[in-house]
Amino acid sequence: MSAQPHSVTHHSEAPKSFIRRYIFSTDHKVIGVQYWLLALAAVTVGMVLSWLFRAHLAWPHLVIPGFGGQMRPEQYLALVTMHGTIMVFFVLTVAPQSGFGNYFLPIQIGADDMAFPTLNMLSFWITLVAFLVLISAFFTSGGAPINGWTSYPPLSAVGSVSGPGQGMGETLWVISIGLFCLASLLTALNFISTTIEMRAPGMSLMRMPLTVWGWFVTAVLGLLAFGVLLAACILLLLDRLAMTSFFVPGGLVFNDTQPALAHAGGSPLLWEHLFWFFGHPEVYIAILPAMGITSHILSNFSRKPIFGYKAMAYSLCAIGFLSFTVWGHHMFVSGMSPYSALAFSFLTLIIGVPSAIKTFNWLGTLWGGKIQFTTPMLFAIGFVSLFVTGGLSGLFLAQPSIDLPLHDTYFVIAHFHLVMAVAAIFGIFAGTYYWFPKMFGRRMSEKLGKTHFWFTFVGAYLTFMPMHWMGIMGALRRYASPGGLGFVARMAPIDIFITIAAFVTGAAQLLFYFNFFWSLRHGEKVDENPWHATTLEWSIPSPPPHGNFLAAPHVYRGPYEYSVPGYTEDYLPQHLTPEQVAQTAEAGS
Amino acid sequence: MRSRETERGSGLVAAVYALLLVLLVVSTVYIFAAHIWPMPPAITRVGHWIDEQYHLTLWVTGIIFILAQLTLAWMVFRYRDHGQKARFVRGSHILEIVWTTATLVLFTTLGAMAVRAWAQVHFISAVPGALQVDVMAEQFTWNFRYTGPDGKFAPTAPKYYSDANGNPFGIDPNSKDTDDIVSPILVVPVDQEVVLHLESKDVIHDFYVRELRIKQDIVPGMNIPIHFTPLKIGDYHIMCAQLCGLGHNRMHSMMRVVSESDFQAWLKKQEAENQQ
Repeated sequence: MSAQPHSVTHHSEAPKSFIRRYIFSTDHKVIGVQYWLLALAAVTVGMVLSWLFRAHLAWPHLVIPGFGGQMRPEQYLALVTMHGTIMVFFVLTVAPQSGFGNYFLPIQIGADDMAFPTLNMLSFWITLVAFLVLISAFFTSGGAPINGWTSYPPLSAVGSVSGPGQGMGETLWVISIGLFCLASLLTALNFISTTIEMRAPGMSLMRMPLTVWGWFVTAVLGLLAFGVLLAACILLLLDRLAMTSFFVPGGLVFNDTQPALAHAGGSPLLWEHLFWFFGHPEVYIAILPAMGITSHILSNFSRKPIFGYKAMAYSLCAIGFLSFTVWGHHMFVSGMSPYSALAFSFLTLIIGVPSAIKTFNWLGTLWGGKIQFTTPMLFAIGFVSLFVTGGLSGLFLAQPSIDLPLHDTYFVIAHFHLVMAVAAIFGIFAGTYYWFPKMFGRRMSEKLGKTHFWFTFVGAYLTFMPMHWMGIMGALRRYASPGGLGFVARMAPIDIFITIAAFVTGAAQLLFYFNFFWSLRHGEKVDENPWHATTLEWSIPSPPPHGNFLAAPHVYRGPYEYSVPGYTEDYLPQHLTPEQVAQTAEAGS
Repeated sequence: MRSRETERGSGLVAAVYALLLVLLVVSTVYIFAAHIWPMPPAITRVGHWIDEQYHLTLWVTGIIFILAQLTLAWMVFRYRDHGQKARFVRGSHILEIVWTTATLVLFTTLGAMAVRAWAQVHFISAVPGALQVDVMAEQFTWNFRYTGPDGKFAPTAPKYYSDANGNPFGIDPNSKDTDDIVSPILVVPVDQEVVLHLESKDVIHDFYVRELRIKQDIVPGMNIPIHFTPLKIGDYHIMCAQLCGLGHNRMHSMMRVVSESDFQAWLKKQEAENQQ
């Protein structure tokens, strides 16, 4: 094995001290769990924020403690802004990629750790600081930022003259996102190096689990996208603090106060291009790992090879590539050239093709299977349903002429929540229920898990489906109240319905929290391969030891060899040698 | 032992799952088909084109939605673990090629058909002689400016902006052109093309009228023209559709589409007020 310098070469002892072992750890598994717990904290904050603004939308006169009376518009907008920012960055980017990816990418390719463990630790701690900086915006005297997660200038660039939340709160927002970008760049470098350099002997690209493909392509997207947003954040910070004018044109007058601001020569559209050049790949950064997890789990619990493995791997790459060519569909009404809108429209419709390929192949995987309805499988199937529903509304928004009436309405809110937010959350839940036994050596309660699933699946649809029609009727997002518009006020019953659905769905998440923490100590103990699965993580003890593999692994076949004819078991692990396979076959016959 | 454990109860789970997916399809189709929550009627020819394209897309996506969700429901129920052996299939090149080609053709055709309405909005200029109106958006109000009898807009500059003095457009006080009409609402004649020149003095706003099927960001530093021909008399909300600060949801005005004679009368009245 010494001829394989890039695979497992050493088994250093795990550090003895608690701090080095669990706090400032360089072990990819500990870091993965740290990211996962950060995402759990973030999603809890993000969800509570959504309850608050949903309560306000349903019952505008409600007095919520801590808001000094009825919620004011700037308080509402701050909640929406922080909800979106926390969810997109610190939940949907952190959990599926940095969390599960950190824990399982090295194991699934047969490596003992990430390529750069110390850098990995640094990435986590920068991400944590970024989160704390963002949260601290709530406690500034001018209040939390109110510019939405897209933070368009000049509103976000000129300071308190443009209203509340534009002082220190917005500055902290920009710094937080900049730090987050930096950490994500380092993570991306690590994932890419690890995947390319540290695969075990026999682990060719076409034998990698689709989860690894998902994390790898996502890392490439991260490397190319976060650098651009980092640059944009630096420019925005300079506009705010150093009176530069990258995004602010001349002659701006606020509140009827002369003279005009001293900025001159900048372009708000520049920010929009830079932001969405990052922003569209970002939605794929959130969803590609979940696609990988879904493929992985559907194959496992259908007891079938994934349908069209190569098509699945190539379509991930195609989505990754195309995701850099479609950002303009966020800008059909922005004032950019209407001719470029047509190019963006066609490219956006074309990115629907690899997405459709994935859906067909997921259905093909279920077809003729022997479906076991474990909790992770329920969530993986739910992912497919949500992805279809949310994806199809994208076909409306991809056409610039139909985008004219629907842009920035609740139709868009419904679209992206279903297709990237809830779907990615389903991927996270599926992954958690699936890998929990590996991570902690115990199984989460199936009974609680299934109850959690039913409430979440039905609740997510009840929450977000009605928003399509609100948008079709013309209800705009980021409205703190109907503001005197009768037709919006008449939608109040729908708002109340959505809010109740969101509360019930949210409350059902308590089942998940309880199940997770209860099972850590009391869950049923499991052996190394409770799901009868094929990939390398199931060939090592649960939980895996420091260094992962007791003996350097060798890979002999593809990742989804289920129900192989002529073999006694209905799963054929990647690491079994041909001799072991022959022995088992003899023993069985 | 493990397989018996997963098999038990799988019939019920599969049935519930399939039923929920069927319910999703039935309720969604019902709400669309019964027009329970429709778009407000369009009042321009382009608006009708956009609606046609919207309905075509609704049909296409509707059929895919129904087929995909029902197939998923059927798979979940039909292939639940009831002791059978899973089929060993790795995939199918023919199927991959068929569904890749089919979706590519379908999606791009849809995109091509959507071009007509977009071209009418953005590639084709307004007819000569169309009514010209300047729009100045600011936190959190709308201002509209007409040329007055001379058919020319007076020169403006940001340094003259003064809402307090009734000069939101910053019309040069030294200019001889003093007949511009400034109004907080947009009044336009029916059946006549209108060109709006959209400008903002502070942050990004967005001009949105549902019945026009038009939404256009108003970007400070840019002057963006849009044009349309309203075909129906009535009052329509003008809303701001781009987050512009704490008063965003209160930033609305009215577009009043009136007969030609009513429009002339309104102009006369405004001019008379200007004289005072």
